[in-house]
Amino acid sequence: MTEQRSEKKLNTLRSSLESLQLWVRHNRGWLLAAAFVLLCIIPFFTTRSYVLGVLCRIFLYSILAGALNTINGYSGQFCLGIAGFFAIGAYSEAILSTAAKMNFWIILPIAGLITAVISLLVALPTLKMQGIYLAIVTLGFSEIVRLLALNWTPLTGGPMGIKGIPVPTFFGIAIRTSKHFYYLYLVMAIIFIFTTSRVIKSRIGRAWMSIREDELASKSLGVFTSRYKALNFMYGAFWAGIAGAIYAPYVRFIDSTYFTLDEGWNILSMMIIGGQGTLIGPIVGSVIVNYLTELLRPIGQWRMVAFALLIIIMMWSRPQGLAGTSSSIIAAKKDRRLRRRFATKQEACNDTAV
Amino acid sequence: MTPLFEAKGICKYFGGLKAVEQVDMVIREGDIFGIIGPNGAGKTTFFNACSGIDRPTKGQVFLNGEEITRFSSELIAKKGMARTFQNIKLFKYMSVLENIKIGFHNQLKTTLFDSILHTKRYKEDEKFATEMGLNIINRVGLGDYKETLAGNLPYGIQRKVEIARALALKPKILLLDEPAAGMNPVETQSLMHFIKDLNQDGYTIAVIEHDMKFVMNSCNKILVLNFGHKISEGCPSEVQNDAKVIEAYFGKSGAMGGAHADR
Repeated sequence: MTEQRSEKKLNTLRSSLESLQLWVRHNRGWLLAAAFVLLCIIPFFTTRSYVLGVLCRIFLYSILAGALNTINGYSGQFCLGIAGFFAIGAYSEAILSTAAKMNFWIILPIAGLITAVISLLVALPTLKMQGIYLAIVTLGFSEIVRLLALNWTPLTGGPMGIKGIPVPTFFGIAIRTSKHFYYLYLVMAIIFIFTTSRVIKSRIGRAWMSIREDELASKSLGVFTSRYKALNFMYGAFWAGIAGAIYAPYVRFIDSTYFTLDEGWNILSMMIIGGQGTLIGPIVGSVIVNYLTELLRPIGQWRMVAFALLIIIMMWSRPQGLAGTSSSIIAAKKDRRLRRRFATKQEACNDTAV
Repeated sequence: MTPLFEAKGICKYFGGLKAVEQVDMVIREGDIFGIIGPNGAGKTTFFNACSGIDRPTKGQVFLNGEEITRFSSELIAKKGMARTFQNIKLFKYMSVLENIKIGFHNQLKTTLFDSILHTKRYKEDEKFATEMGLNIINRVGLGDYKETLAGNLPYGIQRKVEIARALALKPKILLLDEPAAGMNPVETQSLMHFIKDLNQDGYTIAVIEHDMKFVMNSCNKILVLNFGHKISEGCPSEVQNDAKVIEAYFGKSGAMGGAHADR
């Protein structure tokens, strides 16, 4: 009986979420414009750098979770090494700006490209791997990057890290305060969402999704899947690298402890909570996880338990994530199961009718 | 004249199991070529070996006189051979139109930068894919379903979508692996007409099928496999009266008139 009631409650929650989704879809243009204006004027209402700092993190992790989502959500490759890509981007920026004294705006695309090229080195030998095997390789890659950063002292400063990373300037204005970084991060996040939304609507995005749905069928239709999987990996890594490159001058000091596996799990949990295979999902996830991180600060390390619980509840009640539609991969599996159950029930009815 | 498709001495072994042994097949332009055989005869394995899903252990495959034996399935698809699968392989969480758009993949030229900047090429490509996709959808009579997620469609329609998707490749030859499997007689009938219509439009078709009525009424040439060997080949009436075929399907002098039915 209680089970039935909780099931009912879940169903109403589910349907209300879905109707919200529909409403959002109908008024998308207005909502986006309003959100943009709101985001632009926020710094004029709050001068507390703490609030702006949290918002910066939200934008930064929107890019990171979004980059991971292009890999895991759109092409269905299971990558866990996002922290590694993040680290490569950050270290590229730090090294090029301190040792080579290059301009931040030139470094930015270079850091992205370096990350993309290194990701290709990971992607090429693993093209035939799927699911959990690819996950383990990318997990290992992430750790290798961290250990390299920790031990390659001449290049990365080893345990001392890299300090005194210069702040970027924008037409003579030094991007120094939280307010400045707020706008930098906002613009980068918007560029990321904009490009990704366009890429996934092209033949490239369709090819990625077809690989996620059924790689063999995709091949039989002439999609060179290896090429597109590699491209997908590079695209995600590129943006993770960009995120790293805008992160380094913000913190001004980086060492390997910023890029542990915990960071990777954090990003992964944002993507899962928000919803894989959707554009808005990683943003929603980033907002929720970052907000909860701040909210739960008083309980210290126990907040990890809270996150774990949250993820378990999510997986149980809404596996496609908060913003996810039925087109996300995990939902697909559960959906199929539900439909099969429904179908067998119907069949049974038909049988008795006969 | 070189035949459109030719398979020479195809063998496919899985370890010690000889799934397909020395099978030849020649398909000429305009054929509806049927491949039949009892369960486990190696029909699908033969198809897979021909379309690059599995490489044949021995033998050669030619498409339009060009050898394609060692090509990957992507490349073979690009060369003009499209196929469907026995267990339907649709992109379940994409709409019917999107499914068909994937079929146009190699006819489009959009690069990553085109798609980000919405260049002329991107716009032309998308227009082409949408228009041609809708054309095909209307051609096969799926106009009502274009926005439906493919996985939500009834079984018979899903089969049609899979064939429509293969048509988007503009294939020189279309391989259909048991298109009528699991269909009721009415659906099978309409599928038969559909395939005949496609043939009228100029598509060359090779089809694996279990439904004898379907094969005998639509195919102009039939190849019979049993235990991986070719046991007969010819037009429907020849195959129907071939003693070896009757033996493969009904057993040795078994059901023939029931003379030895008690044995």
